[in-house]
Amino acid sequence: MTPKVPPTSAPPDQRRLSLSSLLPVSAIRLEVRAADWREAVRACGEALVAAGITTPAYTVQMIATVEQLGPYLVIAPGIALAHARPSAAVLRPGLSWVTLAQPVRFGHKDNDPVTLVVGLAAPDDYSHIQALATLAGLLEDAPPRAALLALQTPADVLAAIVAFEQTHTTDTPQGAG
Amino acid sequence: MRGARTLPPARAEGSVKILAVCGMGLGSGLLLRMQAEKALRQLGVEADLEVADIGSARAFAQTADLIITSQELAEQLGSVKPRVVTISNFVDLKEMVEKLRAALARS
Repeated sequence: MTPKVPPTSAPPDQRRLSLSSLLPVSAIRLEVRAADWREAVRACGEALVAAGITTPAYTVQMIATVEQLGPYLVIAPGIALAHARPSAAVLRPGLSWVTLAQPVRFGHKDNDPVTLVVGLAAPDDYSHIQALATLAGLLEDAPPRAALLALQTPADVLAAIVAFEQTHTTDTPQGAG
Repeated sequence: MRGARTLPPARAEGSVKILAVCGMGLGSGLLLRMQAEKALRQLGVEADLEVADIGSARAFAQTADLIITSQELAEQLGSVKPRVVTISNFVDLKEMVEKLRAALARS
């Protein structure tokens, strides 16, 4: 079994892709109607496709990931991080952000139902590390999270993320681990 | 190294080896690893952190002192040598700090 190369091997410049640089406004969809988790993940994949981040095959791969591995990607109360492995369906690193008009259940013991599905498409296992760190910071505390989820337009969401990044510049993940 | 069966003490000079396990090795596992790094800095504990996907986690577990993962993946992982810490909310640093503190105290 060949050990997976840890993210620490990433060149420093490739750890710095910010969340706002990886999340185009065209990949942000608010109040999307989804009847179940499949439709929610599909909406998330469609947003990635619309932004030129992935091909439609990646959407199928994300749904297959949930089918195979279960609802573990519901990483926090109400929040799913949908993704699949790096593949030819990933055209460039990027994320999508889909809030749901009605929450859907993924079958997670603690964190259902889900109102925000973040789609992650990565060509490798390190270039999006800064974006993930920002995402964690954005969503950690309930009041700012609620304020973020109440925003009415994709431009407002992106502006809030940029503002967060400007005030949290010091919290860069350390490579040495 | 090979053949050493006793776990190193958590706060001794040797650092603890922690494995973050997720489905693919690049999403939630990477997030766990970053959150664990922050938590360990708060706790003042030296640790080596690695990420493994569920497919290779059992092999990596052989040399780890502690595994952090979700409840779902812990069930898929089954029985392994290191203590397994399950995290429910991956963006809640307080949960990570408390569970790592408790696990390291029992190591």
